[in-house]
Amino acid sequence: MASAFMQGVGATTALSSANYKNSCFASPRSLPERRGSFFVIRSDGSLASGLNPTNSRRGALSTNAVATKQDNVTASTASKPGHELLLFEALREGLEEEMDRDPRVCVMGEDVGHYGGSYKVTKGLATKYGDLRVLDTPIAENSFTGMAIGAGMTGLRPIVEGMNMGFLLLAFNQISNNCGMLHYTSGGQFKIPVVIRGPGGVGRQLGAEHSQRLESYFQSIPGIQMVACSTPYNAKGLMKAAIRSDNPVILFEHVLLYNLKERIPDEEYVLNLEEAEMIRPGEHVTILTYSRMRYHVMQAAKTLVNKGYDPEVIDIRSLKPFDLYTIGNSVKKTHRVLIVEECMRTGGIGASLTASINENFHDYLDAPIVCLSSQDVPTPYAGVLEEWTVVQPAQIVAAVEQLCQ
Amino acid sequence: MAQIIHRSTNLLKPVSVAVSATRHLTTASTTPITVETSLPFTGHNIEPPSRSVETTPQELLSFFRDMVLMRRMEIAADSLYKAKLIRGFCHLYDGQEAVAVGMEAAITKKDCIITAYRDHCIFLGRGGTLMDAFAELMGRKDGCSKGKGGSMHFYKKESGFYGGHGIVGAQVPLGIGLAFAQKYCKDENVTFSMYGDGAANQGQLFEALNMAALWDLPAILVCENNHYGMGTAEWRAAKSPSYYKRGDYVPGLKVDGMDAFAVKQACKFAKEHALKNGPIILEMDTYRYHGHSMSDPGSTYRTRDEISGVRQERDPIERIRKLILSHDLATEKELKDTEKEMRKEVDDVIAKAKESPLPDSSELFTNVYVKGFGVEAFGADRKELRAVLP
Repeated sequence: MASAFMQGVGATTALSSANYKNSCFASPRSLPERRGSFFVIRSDGSLASGLNPTNSRRGALSTNAVATKQDNVTASTASKPGHELLLFEALREGLEEEMDRDPRVCVMGEDVGHYGGSYKVTKGLATKYGDLRVLDTPIAENSFTGMAIGAGMTGLRPIVEGMNMGFLLLAFNQISNNCGMLHYTSGGQFKIPVVIRGPGGVGRQLGAEHSQRLESYFQSIPGIQMVACSTPYNAKGLMKAAIRSDNPVILFEHVLLYNLKERIPDEEYVLNLEEAEMIRPGEHVTILTYSRMRYHVMQAAKTLVNKGYDPEVIDIRSLKPFDLYTIGNSVKKTHRVLIVEECMRTGGIGASLTASINENFHDYLDAPIVCLSSQDVPTPYAGVLEEWTVVQPAQIVAAVEQLCQ
Repeated sequence: MAQIIHRSTNLLKPVSVAVSATRHLTTASTTPITVETSLPFTGHNIEPPSRSVETTPQELLSFFRDMVLMRRMEIAADSLYKAKLIRGFCHLYDGQEAVAVGMEAAITKKDCIITAYRDHCIFLGRGGTLMDAFAELMGRKDGCSKGKGGSMHFYKKESGFYGGHGIVGAQVPLGIGLAFAQKYCKDENVTFSMYGDGAANQGQLFEALNMAALWDLPAILVCENNHYGMGTAEWRAAKSPSYYKRGDYVPGLKVDGMDAFAVKQACKFAKEHALKNGPIILEMDTYRYHGHSMSDPGSTYRTRDEISGVRQERDPIERIRKLILSHDLATEKELKDTEKEMRKEVDDVIAKAKESPLPDSSELFTNVYVKGFGVEAFGADRKELRAVLP
């Protein structure tokens, strides 16, 4: 399993930090330090092919991050290697590659089989792998999550799809007590290599119960890892990493991001589960974000750049544990932090991150950390109200201006 | 001596009997004996198996020995708890030993068993040692879960014992998952998911049963009905206390859980059924002498007469003892000597376990995550945090 699967020639120089403007990072983390596992690419890493540098391509995305029209369809598209796809297709690609690679990987969830998944992530997989491997379950979250965990204890690697993350609240007992804790309470005898994934977050007027942010409820569970994907590139990479991980991983997708289009490399790649992604290096302020809010932040960043600010934008990606290495180095550089998240104000990821940064990097901060989060209300149905529940780019711009005074 | 020589024609080594009165109880005779179960089986949607069970003297004697060991372990755990060497929750299984022993006799170590928190004896039956058990109960690092699990979290992966779960009802979907994995890997083994009459009212049980029946998983659900869900009698908690019928479309069998042979027959029958036709429910009619746990005296919701009545009429060890004596496989004295030997064994292990070391404080942070992805947990005060990334 440890054999290099990086076919692309230019891809193996994965961990060089050459892309950063200022090398305030320590020496690049070289491959031999990893304990006998496989190559990964840093998300910002110099993958020779495919990835565009972080330029205004991302800035072209609008706040309605449901589907993006690629305005910069330059002539060079034809000559760029890699292939273009939508985020749900990227997830499916990652899933399919892993299912091909390891026969123990199986999927279970509501309507994942014949229907193809409510967001088409598992479309076509049931015809390819059969009904047992892509299992349509009845509406019984508590027990099919338990079933996946039991199967994981014997060595299978199931992926549980929650049709909406909010439904997994019904399986909270299984996720917390069995999934998170069995490795510990059995003294290391069992490992639970399950992946629990599904769409969450505030959508388009879906109503309160279908717009929940479960990352804040799950973050205290010991023994699990949580990641949030935001682009097709990191969606595929994180999906593969989550499946290969021997720990239980909860992969948070966002309902509005499934139709994002991006060109991703043809070669196989696996991302690092605990790493944050540097979207836009800068000098003045560190903006930490994840999932859909990344696009609101990039929209605001465009405005900020026009106003003369230079924000550093980091997509934290790993919600548990936080990548305090990347975040810390950024704080040491800019001395100001703004957190933009979609969780509620009380007890969200932003709250934990604020505490974490304050404790560890207090000396480097020139100003208190500002955390912009959703309001502590059930998400209303009315569009106008829903818009005001969530953080909007204008608020981000105002916050940065205030912070940088 | 005359008596012994008389018996030596069947199975006992003549000379060594008098010398080492204990050795003979592991005699290797396999002459078949047929035993009738105490009560007939009652079936739901299925033809019950016959009441006649084939057994051998070796099996009878090993049943006796195992059950005495289990009973002795539980009683010893009782005194250890009162001496505050075992803390927290301690749920004792004495009275129910026949279920553990009978089930083991019908299956192999490749079949899986999963149960809730009343797991000490099932752990022993699965091959766990006394030392593992007592060290774990006392929170020492030689315990089966390195002292980090406790009474409710005994596991033994190599012999297919999946625990040991604190939240009742949650183990049944896990058990269905084990059965799913067995079907996925085409193992030809089965999973026994055990739960009690209290947990039988959990919704996830019915969800799990539905899925097991849908996909013909080799799952056997075993309800150990000891008639009390902690302090609530079954008739106060369940509208229909016929737990074997609760599967509706899933066949069920009601078994006298105090008779190890009935349990053995039922489990063998269930295993054959599950491998061909999918899930089946077994209801073991059993009884626990202790309260729900050590914090429960066990007498506020039932009378002492009831407890002593069951002990006199239905005790599983007494039943085996009578069978052994009636088939002339051992004398009273030999059986008593076995009991003494078991008691001594338990006491020795407890003495050793009391001396065994406590876990290191570094063990607090181990086994939270599986290593390899470089994740390290850190303490609550975060002052010693090192965000170590691969």
